[in-house]
Amino acid sequence: MKTLPIYGTMAEFDSAQHLVDAARRTHEAGYRKIDAYSPFPVEELADAIGFHKNNVALVTLLGAITGGLAGYLMQYWIAVVDYPVNVGGRPLHSWPSFIIVTFEMTILFGAISAVFGMLALNGLPMPYHPVFNVERFAFASKDRFFLIVFASDPKYDAQGTRQFLESLEPRSISEVPS
Amino acid sequence: MADHLDQSAVANKKAPVIEPGHTFATVTDKISAIVLTRPISNGWVVGFAAGFMVTMMLLFALGYLFLKGTGIWGINIPIGWGFAIVNFVWWIGIGHAGTLISAILLLLRQSWRNSINRFAEAMTLFAVACAGIFPLAHTGRPWLAYWMFPYPNTMNYWPQFRSPLIWDVFAVSTYFTVSLLFWFIGLIPDLATLRDRAHNKYSQMIYGLLAMGWRGSARHWARYESAYLLLAGLATPLVLSVHTVVSFDFAVGVVPGWHTTIFPPYFVAGAIYSGFAMVLMLAIPIRKIYNLEDFITDRHLQNSAKVMLATGWIVAYGYGVEAFMGWYSGNRYDQTLLWNRLHGPFAFWYYMLLACNLFIPQVLWFRKMRTSPVWLFLISFVILVGMWLERFVIVVISLTRDFVPSSWGMYYPTRWDFMTFFGTIGMFLTAMFLFVRILPMISIFEMRTLLPEAEVKPE
Repeated sequence: MKTLPIYGTMAEFDSAQHLVDAARRTHEAGYRKIDAYSPFPVEELADAIGFHKNNVALVTLLGAITGGLAGYLMQYWIAVVDYPVNVGGRPLHSWPSFIIVTFEMTILFGAISAVFGMLALNGLPMPYHPVFNVERFAFASKDRFFLIVFASDPKYDAQGTRQFLESLEPRSISEVPS
Repeated sequence: MADHLDQSAVANKKAPVIEPGHTFATVTDKISAIVLTRPISNGWVVGFAAGFMVTMMLLFALGYLFLKGTGIWGINIPIGWGFAIVNFVWWIGIGHAGTLISAILLLLRQSWRNSINRFAEAMTLFAVACAGIFPLAHTGRPWLAYWMFPYPNTMNYWPQFRSPLIWDVFAVSTYFTVSLLFWFIGLIPDLATLRDRAHNKYSQMIYGLLAMGWRGSARHWARYESAYLLLAGLATPLVLSVHTVVSFDFAVGVVPGWHTTIFPPYFVAGAIYSGFAMVLMLAIPIRKIYNLEDFITDRHLQNSAKVMLATGWIVAYGYGVEAFMGWYSGNRYDQTLLWNRLHGPFAFWYYMLLACNLFIPQVLWFRKMRTSPVWLFLISFVILVGMWLERFVIVVISLTRDFVPSSWGMYYPTRWDFMTFFGTIGMFLTAMFLFVRILPMISIFEMRTLLPEAEVKPE
């Protein structure tokens, strides 16, 4: 039987607090290519693994600005340039009546950018991922907390990393085949 | 945070947001079991079948409408709007409570919302879907409805962006899209939970596809929380704008009783009023049938009742201002409208509206009423009827008697009007029945964050 190459080493914890502490110590020990998995958002966890900033807000802002501009310019072009309708001599560029559609387009594009931007930055959809090979990982969506050190980390060596993770007193440790 | 919440709850003698004794595992099992392991009960089958039959009645009524045209409805000049617009505004309004709960209460850090936001958002989607049927059918030629969107076409024509009806197209379609996105991204982590819990191969595949490979990585959660918060921030002005735009359909017109500046805030408050009534009418039976009293506690019922009381008074203020301005403006058409409301052919319905929206809900001042599920259910029903009557009064009384008596008319809804209206209620119920069995009706991951063990000490 062919043995699969190793993707990383994974430790399982009982509580969010335990996982955050372990993640902080792993990061302090110099491991950089690490990730942590929890069944609900834990604000401190991203900081603990050294992930401080994300670009979702920027993507959303750009989307919202694009939507607002597109909405206003579309109305301007239609009402003034391509399809001018003279209503009793009133001005064609009647900007107050364009505000609502501009606003709705801003919200629409902003919301779409937030959702699809978040999914794209997260690399989702991704139906297959090596961590799913660990049987106990099914509990990551229920009540267990996991920490992984990826084999691509320069400090990673199967034996040493395993010993280090054991010093964090996890509930169990498993190798993740890729 | 949850710990601190429980303590403040004890201090105020309030019911807790989540009953003590639950853990991550019990919360997960209890909510996911409703979808995954609970057998289909006879009650569910009967309820679903009833809703489905009424939906068939809707399809029949709409089919006949498309065959014959809007002449089968009770509308004719001068009453061009009738039931279709009454129902449209009523349904859209109901949807607003869902967005208020999911977005505005999230920004205000009202964590009690976590146990009711999921099904309130579902309610929003289904209500907006029901609402959308009416203006579509009311166009008379729904197969040409896409003409309302700006797209390059061979007719060399574009929509008129100075018209409130076009604003409505943009507002309602944006609202539906954003509500759907908000609801779906809220579901992703729970779909992953269902994927991991499901034993049936097909459910694993379907939930797995929908969960898109969610694995709960800390990086993903950080981006997810940013996106969720931003969506809430975008949905908050959106929900206020939608009913404002709906009210512009009236307020921008010159018909007496419509042409007033109080309409936007008064419509938004009325929307939230009826929406919370619908939330309670759904939550009370659901928590009883699925034994969810641990998660949807008396606290939720009480808070919803208080929101209804507050928005009810904003609506009452709207009625007061309408009546006052009718007199104070010195405008004879506004004065005639007020007289028509109080003494005209539809006066009975105006008094019914005052009874349903203004007088009966005042019993909510009593704590006993706010904590009694049965009474709350009945009062919510009364409010929903009252809010429907409010839209009926606004649309029909103003249109039947406008400026010149020679152009006055009467409005008699036909059986097709009633079949379409009750049909959408059936469609709404059918969708809700399917929803509670297919998707987790309470957000599992947000419930986990309410537990004391979710707390992490900052560094």
